[in-house]
Amino acid sequence: MAAVQTEFSADLVRFIEEWKQKPGSLIMMLHRIQEEYGYISRESAETLARMIDLPMAKIYGVVTFYHFFKTTKPGKNRLAVCMGTACYLKGGQTLIEECESILNIKVGEVTDDGQFSIDSVRCVGCCGLAPVLMVGNDVYGKLTKDQLPEIIAKYRN
Amino acid sequence: MAYKNFILVCGGTGCESSKADEIYRNLLAEAEAQGVKADVQIVKTGCFGFCEKGPIVKVLPSESFYVEVKPSDAKEIISEQIVKGREVKRLLYKKEQQKDIVKLEDIEFYQKQFRIVLRNCGVINPENIEEYIARDGYAALEKALFEMKPEDVIAELKTAGLRGRGGAGFPTWMKWDLTRKAAGDVKYVICNADEGDPGAYMDRSTIEGDPHSVLEAMTIAGYAIGSNKGFVYIRAEYPLAIERLKIAIAQSKAMGLLGDDILGSGFDFDIEIRLGAGAFVCGEETALMQSLEGKRGMPVPKPPFPAISGLWKKPTLINNVETYANVPVILTKGGTWFSKIGTEKSPGTKVFALTGAINNSGLVEVPMGTTLREIVFDIGGGIKGGRKFKGVQTGGPSGGIICEKDLDSPITYESLTALGSMMGSGGMIVLDEDDCAVDVSRFYMEFCVDESCGKCAPCRIGTNQLHSILTKISKGNGEMSDLDNLERIGKAMTKASLCLLGGSAANPTLSTLKHFRDEYLEHIQEHKCRAGKCKALVVYSIDPAKCIGCGLCARRCPVNCITGEKKQAHVIDASQCIKCGECFKVCKFNAVLKK
Repeated sequence: MAAVQTEFSADLVRFIEEWKQKPGSLIMMLHRIQEEYGYISRESAETLARMIDLPMAKIYGVVTFYHFFKTTKPGKNRLAVCMGTACYLKGGQTLIEECESILNIKVGEVTDDGQFSIDSVRCVGCCGLAPVLMVGNDVYGKLTKDQLPEIIAKYRN
Repeated sequence: MAYKNFILVCGGTGCESSKADEIYRNLLAEAEAQGVKADVQIVKTGCFGFCEKGPIVKVLPSESFYVEVKPSDAKEIISEQIVKGREVKRLLYKKEQQKDIVKLEDIEFYQKQFRIVLRNCGVINPENIEEYIARDGYAALEKALFEMKPEDVIAELKTAGLRGRGGAGFPTWMKWDLTRKAAGDVKYVICNADEGDPGAYMDRSTIEGDPHSVLEAMTIAGYAIGSNKGFVYIRAEYPLAIERLKIAIAQSKAMGLLGDDILGSGFDFDIEIRLGAGAFVCGEETALMQSLEGKRGMPVPKPPFPAISGLWKKPTLINNVETYANVPVILTKGGTWFSKIGTEKSPGTKVFALTGAINNSGLVEVPMGTTLREIVFDIGGGIKGGRKFKGVQTGGPSGGIICEKDLDSPITYESLTALGSMMGSGGMIVLDEDDCAVDVSRFYMEFCVDESCGKCAPCRIGTNQLHSILTKISKGNGEMSDLDNLERIGKAMTKASLCLLGGSAANPTLSTLKHFRDEYLEHIQEHKCRAGKCKALVVYSIDPAKCIGCGLCARRCPVNCITGEKKQAHVIDASQCIKCGECFKVCKFNAVLKK
């Protein structure tokens, strides 16, 4: 049975065609796919496998090794709570628990309406602002859990 | 066009996330609106290092150092300082106690610092190559290409005594020399910018603030070892650094400082950016090269060393960002000059990311041999909230905790190792009495469990075992035999793991077992966590003598387990309590007890 594949955009196809000439470029291509779709679906992996003539097993081996690559679709707004050392010591865990309780999901899950997901990440490199939460590309620093409902509300709808 | 004033706005990630970009745009708009655009140049620079007080804005030539600036302050900075020539006093940095206003060089945070690696951070616009060149940028490359033979470059590094700043401290000249002498036509130069150590951001700030220093050094390295191709392997989590590197590469190519026939010397060198994907183990050089080849980033046994057989089995030179950033200065000022800074065996400076329970968080660069006490208490300004100092964690998940009695030892590669920690890449996290030694060890071990690549058994199984024992102790279920097991397993991992991730994963545990054994014993024997961090061991209760029955705690309790009549002492039902600590925080009468 032919597997279902994703139709890649012309830009993405061009990127892959260009990078496939270079050695060791699989990770760069996966980054580009995730940039476009937010995650690497089985279907995209299948399409890539055919384009660069590499077994699915090899691609999945790489995708699952690296934390950065996601195989499930994240929420429209991705809450990333920093759990680097500085943030952990200053209450990162409390922020995670509060996010979980506000959105009623666990770390790694997506809300039913697809609006939010929570991730715990290792050091976003703003240790001077600990504890830190990122929503998409916005950084919120020196947070207390009381500020979370308001921040989350900003992204709702 | 000559400008009368210059405004430097910090464009590091920390300040950017506190709206530095908006400040920058507002300043530009205000300068235009108030008709002083021709008098002032507004520049976005790299990190100033004083992240605690960000966003930071500095005005030249008056050297006004503004802290915690808001976008709305832009108007006043332009109208007061640029138009009328008066400092905006309320924004100047003030010392906590004296309330006097100080210039940058008087701020204790900067006084003991000595900047080589961060020489251009907070000074130049990292997106403009001309500013780098104006500060002797690319002079070292020119000198190397036209006045020095490759052997001379390496000899200069040997005189300087520069050692690897990634943590292990291997002499840099020796790496370069080995790669140069290795047989083969094709060789590679790699810059390790996979800064995965949680709590460390030295490399990110260096690239964000001064990307050309790294590119220049890599090109010099290419010339010295006979390579035409370099790779920067950088974390995908650092978008700003990646962007600035891309701009820098394009600019240096356009000026003939990178690419074919550099400066007409006949030497070709190209640099490509490759992204990491969130695997700590890829900071290990053999794993990094596996990842660069597009594979799972698992370490391979050494030897053969990368200098002989590295990327695609070719001789490869791999150094960390901070190591490279030292190289251009060594060539322009000379190895002898460099060797006189720091200590005899560890010359030069080291950049640390100082964070945790400290007043002045930020990026600091100090000569080697500076003591930890000077960093924590003079530069760092001591512990937040006047709490008691407990220890300094260096080297991240591979390091240990150094306690009070060892604070006066000078920082060198050897001294930190002797104290059961290590230099590491430069994370320096300060702990106070509210931090629990068992909890911190458990945190690092959890990190190592996540990040172990799983290839070798000592690391894969060992980290899991240590983590489960530490979790058990932090829950109050520990036994005395657990302490022996922690030591036994930890030592076995140190000896038998394939790479340094596993080889040093036990360090936080072993060092806390040594320095904070009494805390482990308290957890096991008395079921007590003195810092109150191990939730399972904390019990909240209300002191009836102090409680006035205001009911605030009862209203805040998320599980409604606090009851009591109005104006009567309240009671916590310990069986329902989830130990969130809300009642403890809200009580204004210190009636809630935490034991």
